[in-house]
Amino acid sequence: MSANGAEPRKHTISVLVENKFGVLSRVAGLFSARGYNIESLSVGETLDPSVSRMTIVVSGDEFVIEQVTKQLHKLIDVIKVNDLTDDSHVERELVLIRVNAEPQHRAEILRTADIFRARVVDVTPVSFVLETTGDEGKIEALIELLRPIGIQEVVRTGKIAISRGPKSRVKRAPEARRPRVSDDPRVVGFAD
Amino acid sequence: MLECLKREGVDIIFGLPGGAVLPIYDALYDFEGLRHILVRQEAAAGHAAEGYARATGKVGVCLVTSGPACTNLVTALQDAMMDSIPIVAFTGQVPTHLIGNDAFQEADNVGITRSATKHNFLVKDGKDLGPIIREAFHIAVTGRPGPVHVDLPKDILVKEAELIWPEKVVMRSYNPNYDGHPGQIKRAAKAMLRAKRPVLYVGGGVISSNANVELRELAELTQIPVTTTLMGMGAFPSEHPLSLEMLGMHGTYYANFAVHNSDVLVAVGARFDDRVTGRVDAFAPGAEIIHIDIDPSSISKNLKVDVPIVGDCRRVLRGLIDAVKQEKEEAGALEARRAWHAQIAEWKKAQPLRYEWSDDVIKPQYVIQEISNLTRGNAMIVTGVGQHQMWAAQYYKFTQPRAWFTSGGLGTMGYGLPTAMGVQAAHPGKQVINIDGDGSFQMNSQEMATCFAEHLPVKTVIINNAGHGMVRQWQRIIYKERYCAIDLPQIPDWVKLAEAYGCVGLRVTKPAEVVPAIEKMLSTPAPVILDVIVDKDECVFPMVPAGGANTDMILAPPSRETREKAEKSQTGF
Repeated sequence: MSANGAEPRKHTISVLVENKFGVLSRVAGLFSARGYNIESLSVGETLDPSVSRMTIVVSGDEFVIEQVTKQLHKLIDVIKVNDLTDDSHVERELVLIRVNAEPQHRAEILRTADIFRARVVDVTPVSFVLETTGDEGKIEALIELLRPIGIQEVVRTGKIAISRGPKSRVKRAPEARRPRVSDDPRVVGFAD
Repeated sequence: MLECLKREGVDIIFGLPGGAVLPIYDALYDFEGLRHILVRQEAAAGHAAEGYARATGKVGVCLVTSGPACTNLVTALQDAMMDSIPIVAFTGQVPTHLIGNDAFQEADNVGITRSATKHNFLVKDGKDLGPIIREAFHIAVTGRPGPVHVDLPKDILVKEAELIWPEKVVMRSYNPNYDGHPGQIKRAAKAMLRAKRPVLYVGGGVISSNANVELRELAELTQIPVTTTLMGMGAFPSEHPLSLEMLGMHGTYYANFAVHNSDVLVAVGARFDDRVTGRVDAFAPGAEIIHIDIDPSSISKNLKVDVPIVGDCRRVLRGLIDAVKQEKEEAGALEARRAWHAQIAEWKKAQPLRYEWSDDVIKPQYVIQEISNLTRGNAMIVTGVGQHQMWAAQYYKFTQPRAWFTSGGLGTMGYGLPTAMGVQAAHPGKQVINIDGDGSFQMNSQEMATCFAEHLPVKTVIINNAGHGMVRQWQRIIYKERYCAIDLPQIPDWVKLAEAYGCVGLRVTKPAEVVPAIEKMLSTPAPVILDVIVDKDECVFPMVPAGGANTDMILAPPSRETREKAEKSQTGF
């Protein structure tokens, strides 16, 4: 094995899949069957409702990553596999943190949240829930700063990523194939 | 649904009915143009479909009910997966409103078969049935072939639905690549002509893409010797002067030495399986490796490849032949290759396949040789898994493709008889011989009933060594003769059992009886079991201990010295 590429590192792989029954378990099953570890996985619809995008973070050397992408491609429901790691791309993750908020710490938490552009989305006499988005480094840093104060629970969405260039763009979906949620008369209010 | 199968060109279904698929069987009652073969256990339906598919190149079809039938079928699906055999398996499922309720004979069929199939479907709406069947057959037979499973809830089968039959299958997520990259083909052709010590290493891909004619033409054109994997037997005639026969764990001395010393190794439709390579870093260490495969994920999976060519073996070989004809032979290369042939001839002379003859006990290798002689290599040979399988691969002289049926990747014991039924059903006029072991045969011997009832005159030769011979061999050579759980006392009496199933039973115990018994078996128009009592201490040689280099092969029964050698290179079973 060559010296370069033998070092395991994290890869962000963007996968377009048919939005069909069982596709998530096919992808998850592939990783477990071949002994690869998923660090995070997130799934969402694309502009075309029949296509979903999975963003998978997996760690491995070049050899493992090559197999991962080939094996993903081999799945019948997989349309496209794109390893974003070495391309120019933007990564984001959303995190919700419930942190102890005793009176002596409340100001400090709010200051820290402000610096990180995190928002307080729930308040009780003894806790705050903070919400923020960012890349992995920012989220890790925020967690580390809050840890001494006492984190009760952290919930992360897993990473999503988008390339900066024109690569891997899905065909534009036909207009109005599906009503938007905000058009639904039963939906009363929207937070954002 | 039956109409869909007929439109796909299906003529035989192997199956076993049950509650969830009764609507299909009801329709089958007066449906013209489909032969249904009733098996005795569901795995046999799967294996029979495999045999049919391998014999014809068409998709094999099996149909079983829900729950336990599907779980029984899983072994056959995984077997077809490992050996890239195109089959479509239909299973019944409880009605959609009961799915997930732990209903009677319910199992999560698609969940269970997901990793054992190339793809699977759960039909949730009657109008999807046509398109799904169309896609299932398309996926099974295109690209790298494999098993596809379709799960059919009972209510879908009962409800009337309009038949939608797309003329063409278009899938944006599945478009296998058939044509090799012309630049890569040119590079490969140059490397082959430059080579001084080239070897062609040929696998099942050549059989499934029907590329044997192209392979032979290329080998003869470039004078490159050919070794085949267990799956590739028959792709190249065993007795051709360029043939090295099988390589790998139980391959010939000359095949393994030729590969080890090669400077260019051309892998065609083979996947560098661990039973072929032995220790990977000691496999063809000095060779530039060219790999032709339809499946991109096979390339550089086990071994780093220098010239990858993704495409259909037949088309790529055709391209290679054209490219080789255009390129000029490099000066001196042909000269060097003559020396290479001389070297191989020397290895062949020094270490041919051999065994010690005995007048008293039957040597299993002798039985295979006589079957080969008496059928002139023209029979359809099916095997179980174990020592007899390796002896069959070593000593049967193959003349044609699609005449050798064995469980290569998964190593499924009990594969022999049901697969032979599928082959016989596909080719009613041909001589189909199942060479089996007493251990392996017992795993599916109930199918003798199917052979009898469906008029499938399969001939079974049981190489009977009263035990699990391959396990015994490993325990003898590697586990210091600590024999454990390998003895099978001589029961059942195979002759009596054959007769109980309405078949013909024969037994031989002396070498002189072997030829007359085989002749009698071949001339009997009914299913026959020929029980051959063989030397139980016979081992399969050459043998490369698992994890050893192919050049570390053991050629003779173990002495203390060879056992020590085996211990050193052994890294696991």
